[in-house]
Amino acid sequence: MQRSPTRDLTVGLFVAAGLAAIGYLSIQIGGLSYKGDGGLELYAVFDEIGGLKERAPVAVAGVTVGQVTAIALDDVLRARVTLDLDAGLELPSDSSAAVRTSGVLGDQFIALEPGGEEELLVSGEEIAFTENALSLERLIGKFVHDSGIEDE
Amino acid sequence: MISALRTLGYRTVMLLEHLGHMAAFVGEIGLNLVRPPFRFGRLVMETFDVGVLSLAIVCLSGATVGAVLGLQGYNTLTRFGAEGSLGAVVGLTLVRELGPVFTALLVTGRAGSAMAAEIASMVTTEQLDGLRMMSIDPIDFVVTPKALAMVLVMPMLNALFILFAFFGGYVIGVQLLGVDGGTYVTSLENAITFEDDVAGTLLKSVVFGLLVGIIATYRGYTAEPTSAGVSAATTGTVVTASVTILIFDYVITALWGV
Repeated sequence: MQRSPTRDLTVGLFVAAGLAAIGYLSIQIGGLSYKGDGGLELYAVFDEIGGLKERAPVAVAGVTVGQVTAIALDDVLRARVTLDLDAGLELPSDSSAAVRTSGVLGDQFIALEPGGEEELLVSGEEIAFTENALSLERLIGKFVHDSGIEDE
Repeated sequence: MISALRTLGYRTVMLLEHLGHMAAFVGEIGLNLVRPPFRFGRLVMETFDVGVLSLAIVCLSGATVGAVLGLQGYNTLTRFGAEGSLGAVVGLTLVRELGPVFTALLVTGRAGSAMAAEIASMVTTEQLDGLRMMSIDPIDFVVTPKALAMVLVMPMLNALFILFAFFGGYVIGVQLLGVDGGTYVTSLENAITFEDDVAGTLLKSVVFGLLVGIIATYRGYTAEPTSAGVSAATTGTVVTASVTILIFDYVITALWGV
């Protein structure tokens, strides 16, 4: 089969562009790998996590520092959430974790609030202070109930 | 009554025979894939025919489909004041469904039909017999590179289609209708995950590439050696491949939820 330099070049360009498109779709848009280094694994136990899902971001002061890697029930039926955070993150041992929602209808994420202790959290430890997900429906229900509006 | 049953039986036997021939044909392609000689030069040539020549229509259609999705999505979302989710709507629709299916249908029409017509006219003009005379297996030399090129090229064209559609949606949504650019991109990137969406779109496009490659080469290879045979092979390829793509799209979505 005769070789044609021009054709070979266009095929090469096409394949490079195609592979680049697949790569861009997978890594940038699909978020194939979490871009941080990971390595600091912490646990947090919540009574209620609302719509929190695996791979949800974990943020300190709004900056993403890791993600949720697993959600499971512990033996007293509370939600035990595993967080994978940047290894270099220095979180005081009295830091707290809260399930928050970005915007009114946005996705849920975990916000970490650093505490004031000198001692730092190390891999495998549990974040002691947690704040549950806020349920809008429950809040409205409570408001209606407390304000004394009742059905006839 | 008896004759109707007889017709049904005949049709069933013919269908099974057809499927059997097709399975043997696919088996032979598979054998030629792993058995030397590997005809890399032929593969490059077919990649040019299938991929490079389909690039223009795929990119143009992608941008247009993205623009339409942006417009339709905006008009619907704006009723709920949710224009911020335009990126998610455009992105998920394209990655999960429209990207692979549209690309496969376009490639069927652009390259699959040409593939079938080429092989069918080689059958008609006894070129395949000429190859056999020189003890070159036509399945190894003609069919396998074409089918393989289809499988390799489909995911690439699919990814390019999707990216061009994102761009089309961006132009309409952000430049024309005034959705915030950052919101569009963020909602798009947040909505799409690799495991659920991108892996699914790649799986779909590989399966579709396999289907189109097999159907086009098989219809061409088994064409009647007449001019009517060439046209029947071409038409048959487009019809069978299009319907099969849509059926498999449903099956993949139902089985794996992508």
